[in-house]
Amino acid sequence: MDFVGKEIPKIDGLGLVKGTPAYTSDLDIGENALIVKILRSPHASARIRTIDTSEAEAIPGVECVLTHLNTPTTRFTLAGQSFPEPSPYDRRIVDNHMRYVGDEVAIVAAVDERTALAALKKIKVDYELLTPVLNLEEALDNPVRVHPQQPFTNFPIGNDAARNIAASHYTEQGDVEGELAASEVVMEQTYTTQAQAHAMMETYRATTSFDVNGRLQVMSSTQIPYHVRRHLSRVLGIPRSKIKVLKPRVGGGFGGKQTASVEIFPAIVTMKTGKPARLVYTRQETFTCTTSRHAMQLTVRLGADRDGTIRAIDIYCLSDTGAYGEHAPTVFWVVGQKTLPLYGKAKACRYHGHALYTNKPPGGALRGYGATQGTFALESAINELAAKLDMDPTELRAKNLLGEGETHPELCGSTPGNPATLGSSSLHRCIEKGKALIGWDEKFPKVIVNDTKVRGYGMAVTMQGSGIAKIDTASVLIKLNEDGFFTLSHSASDMGQGSDTILAQIGAEVLEIDMDQIVVASFDLDTLPYDPGAYASSGAYVTGNAARLAAEDMKAQMRCAVASLQGVSPDAVTYGDGVFTIGSEKTMTLSELAQTLCSFNGKDMLIAKGTFGGETSPPPFIAGFAEVEVDLETGEAQVTDYVAVADCGTVLNKNLALIQVEGGVAMGIGLGLYEEVRYSGKGRLSTNSFMEYKIPSRLDIHSIRVAFEESYEPTGPYGAKSIGEVVCNTPAPAISAAVANATGVQVRSLPITAEKVLLGMIKNNVDPR
Amino acid sequence: MQLETTINGRNVTLDFAGGEFLYETLRRYGYLSVKQGCDTSSCGLCTVWLDGKPALSCSTLTARVAGHEITTIEALQDDAREFAEYMVAEGAEQCGFCSPGFTMTVLAMKRELDNPDEAAINHYLAGNLCRCSGYKGQMRAIKKYMGVA
Amino acid sequence: MLFNACHKGNSYTVDRHNGINAAGLIYDRKGGTHKNNAKTFLMLQIENHLSPSTLEEAYETLTSVPGSLVLGGCGYIRLGDRTISNAIDLSNLGLNFVHGTKSEVEIGAMTTLRTIETDALCQSLWHGLLPRSVENIVGVQLRNCVTIGGTVAGRYPFSDPLTALLALDARLQFYHYGEISLEEFFTGQGLKDILVKIIIPKRGQIGAFQSVRRAKTDYAVLNAAVTKTGDDYRIVVGARPGRAVLVPEASDYLSSNGLNETTARKAGNIAAASLQFGDNPRGSGEYRKAICPVLIARALMEVHHAA
Ligand SMILES: Cc1cc2nc3c(=O)[nH]c(=O)nc-3n(C[C@H](O)[C@H](O)[C@H](O)COP(=O)(O)OP(=O)(O)OC[C@H]3O[C@@H](n4cnc5c(N)ncnc54)[C@H](O)[C@@H]3O)c2cc1C
Ligand code: FES
Ligand code: FES
Repeated sequence: MDFVGKEIPKIDGLGLVKGTPAYTSDLDIGENALIVKILRSPHASARIRTIDTSEAEAIPGVECVLTHLNTPTTRFTLAGQSFPEPSPYDRRIVDNHMRYVGDEVAIVAAVDERTALAALKKIKVDYELLTPVLNLEEALDNPVRVHPQQPFTNFPIGNDAARNIAASHYTEQGDVEGELAASEVVMEQTYTTQAQAHAMMETYRATTSFDVNGRLQVMSSTQIPYHVRRHLSRVLGIPRSKIKVLKPRVGGGFGGKQTASVEIFPAIVTMKTGKPARLVYTRQETFTCTTSRHAMQLTVRLGADRDGTIRAIDIYCLSDTGAYGEHAPTVFWVVGQKTLPLYGKAKACRYHGHALYTNKPPGGALRGYGATQGTFALESAINELAAKLDMDPTELRAKNLLGEGETHPELCGSTPGNPATLGSSSLHRCIEKGKALIGWDEKFPKVIVNDTKVRGYGMAVTMQGSGIAKIDTASVLIKLNEDGFFTLSHSASDMGQGSDTILAQIGAEVLEIDMDQIVVASFDLDTLPYDPGAYASSGAYVTGNAARLAAEDMKAQMRCAVASLQGVSPDAVTYGDGVFTIGSEKTMTLSELAQTLCSFNGKDMLIAKGTFGGETSPPPFIAGFAEVEVDLETGEAQVTDYVAVADCGTVLNKNLALIQVEGGVAMGIGLGLYEEVRYSGKGRLSTNSFMEYKIPSRLDIHSIRVAFEESYEPTGPYGAKSIGEVVCNTPAPAISAAVANATGVQVRSLPITAEKVLLGMIKNNVDPR
Repeated sequence: MQLETTINGRNVTLDFAGGEFLYETLRRYGYLSVKQGCDTSSCGLCTVWLDGKPALSCSTLTARVAGHEITTIEALQDDAREFAEYMVAEGAEQCGFCSPGFTMTVLAMKRELDNPDEAAINHYLAGNLCRCSGYKGQMRAIKKYMGVA
Repeated sequence: MLFNACHKGNSYTVDRHNGINAAGLIYDRKGGTHKNNAKTFLMLQIENHLSPSTLEEAYETLTSVPGSLVLGGCGYIRLGDRTISNAIDLSNLGLNFVHGTKSEVEIGAMTTLRTIETDALCQSLWHGLLPRSVENIVGVQLRNCVTIGGTVAGRYPFSDPLTALLALDARLQFYHYGEISLEEFFTGQGLKDILVKIIIPKRGQIGAFQSVRRAKTDYAVLNAAVTKTGDDYRIVVGARPGRAVLVPEASDYLSSNGLNETTARKAGNIAAASLQFGDNPRGSGEYRKAICPVLIARALMEVHHAA
């Protein structure tokens, strides 16, 4: 193969590193746009008695002030999900009920930023203060309701606003209680994960205007252009045909931009004023007023026999979805869906619990999408079980992990009575390779470095999916241009991960042309085929399959076209490396064919399409191994070495896959050690800047070593599965285990701070040396 | 307010508001490479050179640059391209939003440090956050670009 | 409890419970301060930007024109959401210097932290204590902006270089007030004045700096600096989270018992026992107290080995 599996540079890479303008704020309609700013609730729970915007409106240069009084009352969800969205329709553009500190009170548009900010200060609001629900443990059945009215849902998700339940879920295979009772060893622990922030470097932003045809043009930094268009159409009450969405380069998303957090605000300003409007969120708004990873509290019960046979797994989960339910049900489901099948040999398993409303900033989609939280809990529990059984945790896993060709009813794509099959997995090999790389057999559980430093070793495994089975359906179009090069159009929404490049690679592979003979169109939705967007790890697998189908269709169409031009049967035409051979000697180049087809002589401009939706969602796997050096006197822990061995099926592009893993591991290390989320007593998010919320800097990330242990996924393009999300799941549990092995302190709530470790050691009164 | 300064070797007169920071002014004047990632001087995205040294344009008052020399990546396209070749060869750039500020700091480091080791490189670049890459690919590219082991 | 910065008119405060409170960046605990809006924007307005050409002119403006504010590197001023009627820019006063004399080093107020980090004199003196104390602060591009003058004038309790300067027994030269020791400046009310330079004695001190940070470029959870001059010691602990203080009990103990591994640890314990520690978002008082002896002992052993 010429391109698949190679280290192909990202097609936009050179330009981006050189600083070429490419993002929303670089390309939007410039200085004449109105600047949109939003007045936000200082209270976690309040109702607006009165709001007086007259003074703000009187300021010269203020073009409009929008509140709950003059915006539509339609309720909707901003979650980027295929219709019918599972997320509850529980928000308005601007409500009179404030549900968290930062909730929208009023939208102001003015000629410039200074005027808009001045206007914010002139809006007078009289709030009736309500008691907020700030604690996840207290949310269920709290007499205070975050949502006084029951939101509409497209289908039953267990939403019960009277009990502050945004979504509920219960799934059980076998008899969990019976198996637990019969187990020789039972382990129960509760783990908590924090509301990690995406912290993508480009904050949320969108610019809107009316184009020359009177359509609403929306340029947005988004992962979900098609869903954005659908949401806007519903909320603003205009047909989708009247909306044009443009997606430039996106400065990072990580799932944050899978929620249409901002587009609606400039859009309604443009609708009201007829003028271009631009909204750029500040970093503080990005932290406070968009989504974050659902904070969760997970209680895991494991039943096993002394020989290490796991009989039952039970996970009870409470998820904090904050003020609104974007992605609340789906993230909740995924917690179980991407953990239980791992130990699919167990006789019984159960996953249940609720996603609860609280008066906190909303939860949402974030790389890993519930799997991250579930993996921290389950993998920590498995490590604790191994310790209890006095077994090497890698052996415990090898004994119990589901293998290639086995089935499990919780695998995505299963239907009742029809468990899906694990089509590909090299996880057992990943573990072996990881052990060798980290030196597990020599070093586990710990190595004493000197009087004050100990290195602990811990590991974890994880799975994710590749698209959403039976839902995610993507299309790719390939056009043969008049000079013989191709345009591949798609809207998988590259946000930096490189889907534009991967899809071009697949196209070039099938069409046997150089990479520079295929250009990628992914900017203007008007010209792009449908795709749900960049989420659920669907780019390489779902859209990748579509690209392969489209390219194959193009190849077939071209052979037919050559045949008909030459008056032979298609069977007589062969194609290779850009040249058609007709019979034994006559040839025709791509360029000759293309020129003919576009001209009067050919009259047959070629467009090929491919559409793909997966029956299953083949899981990629990772085995992650952490070496954590702990300073026994201060409790400081740092990951001195991290080994991640990945099974993403065939590696389509070595460089891009490698960086996905390295970046994901770094994000996981942040989750595990650094990224603390704090609220004030009144529910304000106080970690709302990079000064207070510390994502890892390069000084915090030490060695990361990545290896690929390829499997071959029969349903994937060239055997490929996904890689984008699975990468951030193993560090937190592996680090936690390593710290426990180094110090005897098991930290079950993230992040694992030096303080928790040291005070834990003091409390245990053990000197681990 | 108004002042005269040098941007990318050209003398320019800038109009600006009191309290305006250089980041804002530069973007308004079309230096769109300059990005902003925070409002607390914490991310390094806005890095430009002030008199040849990397500085935060988000925290430098425009009023202060009179008579100084500002350099953005627009003026260093050849150097940036040379470094970018190493970056793309490693696949080390992803969303790219951190790239202009990061590249400006790398180019400054190349001029300031001789034969830095990994620790020195990390120290010099600690102020440039990147959420996508995990930094390792950047390090591989930098070492090749700097010609250090 | 709020620690107010230097002089009236400055609103840079550090809130023990909510962290760095740069003019509303981190929200108030009292509630209700921002009546209508959860602050998510910062907008600095400067009505007059003055670049005086003499210190006298700068001082006159500061004291005579209401609403005047001296600009340092603007690291913190940048975080303000407010209007400054008169910004006094000291850039043109030649205050960016490091001078050595036989007995002292003088550092101009507008000297950036990056200059202090890379200056040959600063590197060669005090076992590199000053460069060590600034090198963790975010990154070179920030340190190329922020100044030692703004650091001192702000009297930030979390500050790393201030801990080091106190251990070095620095004195400050204000334009109007004249000289004052850093120690006295810390305990006083603050001055509405212009800091001109910092004067550090050259007594052959050997120094060391230690800190614990949750992430490498975060503010310190606790920091400590020690200097040793013959048998004299200065031991300073900062970010407790209160402002840096000397621990004479610990230094006295060392002066009488000499420095070795055991006494270093003991001195640390004495310090931990005699100091007040509090909670803030970066750590609890309990944790700070637990690591205080460690940082002091490590710093002391570093000077011991260097001596
Ligand atoms: C993101 C960030 C992270 C930081 N992290 C750390 C850290 O980890 N450790 C640490 O020690 N420090 C840290 N700092 C603080 C930094 O080191 C400086 O101490 C701080 O920025 C103040 O210096 P400045 O030059 O920016 O002062 P400015 O913000 O310009 O001024 C601060 C105050 O001093 C006054 N002032 C300035 N100069 C004078 C003068 N000559 N005479 C009288 N008054 C004056 C000003 O009026 C103002 O009130 C951090 C700062 C930022 C922005
Ligand atoms: S924009 Fe973040 S440091 Fe300047
Ligand atoms: S490449 Fe996206 S932040 Fe660095």
